Amino acid sequence: MADISQQLKEQVLQARESGHKLNIVGGGTKAFMGREADTDAGTLNVGEHTGIVDYHPVELVLTVRAGTPLSEIEATLAEEGQCLHFEPPHFGAASTIGGTLACNLSGPGRPWAGSVRDQVLGIRLLNGKGEHLRFGGQVMKNVAGYDVSRLQAGALGTLGVITEISMKVMPKPAASLTLVQEMGMDEVVHYMNSRAAEPKPITAACWVDGKVYLRLAGAKSGVEATAEKWSGEVMEEGDHFWRQVQDMRHEFFAGNDVPLWRFSVGSTAATPKLEGNWFIDWAGSQRWFRGAGELKDLEPAARAAGGQVSLFRGGDRTGEVMHHQPEALKGIQRRIKNAFDPDNIFNPGRLYSWL
Amino acid sequence: MTTKPKVSKAELAEQFRAFIDPDYVITDDETMKPYECDGMSMYCEMPLLVVLPETVEQVQRVMRICNENAVPVVARGAGTGLSAGAMPNKEGVVLSLAKFNRIVEIDPLARTARLQPGVRNLAISEEAAQYGLYYGPDPSSQIACTIGGNVAENSGGVHCLKYGLTVHNILSVEMVTAEGDVVTVGSDGLDGCGMDLLALMTGSEGLLGVVTEVKVKLLPKPEVAQVVMAGFDDVQKGGDAVGGIISHGIIPGGLEMMDGHAIIAADDFAQAGYPRDAKALLLCEVDGTEEEVHEHIAQAEEVFRKLGATSVRTSQSEEERALLWKGRKSAFPAVGRISPDYYCMDGTIPRREIAYVLTEMEKMSEEFGLRVANVFHAGDGNLHPLILFDANVPGEFERTEAFGSRILEMCVEVGGCITGEHGVGVEKIRQMAVQFNDEELQQFHDVKAAFDPAGILNPGKGVPALRFCQEYRSLEHKQHTHEHTEAAHG
Repeated sequence: MADISQQLKEQVLQARESGHKLNIVGGGTKAFMGREADTDAGTLNVGEHTGIVDYHPVELVLTVRAGTPLSEIEATLAEEGQCLHFEPPHFGAASTIGGTLACNLSGPGRPWAGSVRDQVLGIRLLNGKGEHLRFGGQVMKNVAGYDVSRLQAGALGTLGVITEISMKVMPKPAASLTLVQEMGMDEVVHYMNSRAAEPKPITAACWVDGKVYLRLAGAKSGVEATAEKWSGEVMEEGDHFWRQVQDMRHEFFAGNDVPLWRFSVGSTAATPKLEGNWFIDWAGSQRWFRGAGELKDLEPAARAAGGQVSLFRGGDRTGEVMHHQPEALKGIQRRIKNAFDPDNIFNPGRLYSWL
Repeated sequence: MTTKPKVSKAELAEQFRAFIDPDYVITDDETMKPYECDGMSMYCEMPLLVVLPETVEQVQRVMRICNENAVPVVARGAGTGLSAGAMPNKEGVVLSLAKFNRIVEIDPLARTARLQPGVRNLAISEEAAQYGLYYGPDPSSQIACTIGGNVAENSGGVHCLKYGLTVHNILSVEMVTAEGDVVTVGSDGLDGCGMDLLALMTGSEGLLGVVTEVKVKLLPKPEVAQVVMAGFDDVQKGGDAVGGIISHGIIPGGLEMMDGHAIIAADDFAQAGYPRDAKALLLCEVDGTEEEVHEHIAQAEEVFRKLGATSVRTSQSEEERALLWKGRKSAFPAVGRISPDYYCMDGTIPRREIAYVLTEMEKMSEEFGLRVANVFHAGDGNLHPLILFDANVPGEFERTEAFGSRILEMCVEVGGCITGEHGVGVEKIRQMAVQFNDEELQQFHDVKAAFDPAGILNPGKGVPALRFCQEYRSLEHKQHTHEHTEAAHG
């Protein structure tokens, strides 16, 4: 547990002065994400900037240094019967909260419990001028100033070094139960959305290998009453199954030979007709695809489904890996980058080739 | 900020009338009068002119003309805002989105609604009700306020703790940029690629773009909702009970608190049967499936009794639930009856500070010689102190403002913020210097410039010019409390 923010700041100032670039690294478990890192750039290691700064269970608010491992945070919360509701994937014991926010990664409960971005209340950020700034706060509602905290979600560290995060935490559900049944891919999207439209305690819905899995969680009586009304077998190892999904350790995700694509699309959209395998999560909003192909060839399918596609893991990472942006939005994002990091120090080219 | 406009009022009006129905290019003072302020009527300004375009293309053309001529543009929804965010600029155009009032599409299976920005908040839930769905955020102005304004202010309401703010309940917005381009930020999917511009747009108070369409998420209407009312004989116990419920693992659909002054005013007005001798009253609504609500209501009653509630009452019917809420919902007009004028503040504090802040506020009330009643969203620590005053008494409004400033500064001192849901606008622009330092404020200005290089969108709102901040901070008792938080009062 250490506060190395001063050291980080000096490294940024040094890089700025000497014209060097910096790759920001936390636990190093998400190196596979984004475009290939600039090999000429130095490393800014945030992994040692760790520790829980403030935690008031009654407030449902946690403030933590960005390099703190997810496992440490979750262990502390568990002592108070609380959790990170967005179920962050752990890609290894070293996965940190800062990296999770920068990559905007959330688990199977996301459509109901919200994403990591949704739970963020405030951050401290080192910008490219070496200024250590504070945005947002430690309270549930705060509309003073622009929402710079949530802007970082998905920016892959291109706007600065997240050093501290305040976020909302939630009580662990008192009970949970998983229902599983066989279903074809063509009918499952409608089924999952219909279930999600019912006022029942559903907290996850996914489909893989011809089976649909629904998780119910909350007050025990409500969970059990719903399970009795809905079809499907109660799964013995439900919690284990969702943990595998959350950490992407389910066998669907195994191996690196076939690229893994992430389609973020309308929940009811028809699944694109492509050569390969699908894993449908988030009641249809997130669909994982394993198959060869190029980004530009997959984009029309994602657009037709109301969303975007990105190359999540594997494949060619020298070209673009994120869905193409229209010119006007490119212009805005370039200028935002310039507003935070005028010398283009942080994670150059990691998000887009032009950023 | 903007430079002097390069075009006269008459020239501008003529240019607009070439593509907008001339009746909706308003230039005379009498017709423009209703636009001089929003819900924060203490701040008024007459605009140069008002336009009411009907199509996105017209909005684009308005923006291009204004951008080329450095004419300020203030976008306006229903004008219910409470921080003067829609107050006109005297050299600028008020761009009213009132004609964009169509619900474009509701998709019951996907649980989404596509809306033009001028659709009223309540109208979304009314239309979605036929599918058993509703829209989560419910600001108290929901009968009148519009979804475009909700995006601009990141509006909340009574149900935020459980269902989130506007930022959590929208999928995408289509907007016209300062330069006149139409862009869509967000998509039908969740968590798209790259920087989260949707979050940045939400709550940006009309400084970054003009929203022309919004896609929102809808929620299934809970099977049951019940409310537990608990009275306490002191505010400390009431404040502790708020934390007690939450640490018990119950996330109420709504958790509201009133102080003694508000209890009596609201009960006089609504005859809700509130405990009139209580010093704090909590309304805790639990919603969900029948079984879940049954379980949680029993637990909530027990928690309140254990924590010293002097009265506990649970609604047994929809009528009783509505009655208990009626007092809370009419608390503002109820307080309005006991005073010629009132000023509604909006700050957020950590919940554990509720009792301390209320006690301090009572002391300040004596110091300033002004009464204050408190009605607030206790679940998320969002205070709405109502300062009672009489605008006809010389100097009383100035004293009210000074009292209000002290309250906001106290919110920052205890680790909170100067606005939970009303926005900064003009009203709280000076207090931005208390919550943020110059480097942070400059970063906000730089973000603004990324969207609006010429600085035409709602200039002078939201983020103060740095030269004013030094002055404000250097005033006596206004120490910059930035590196504060826990230390503030031990």
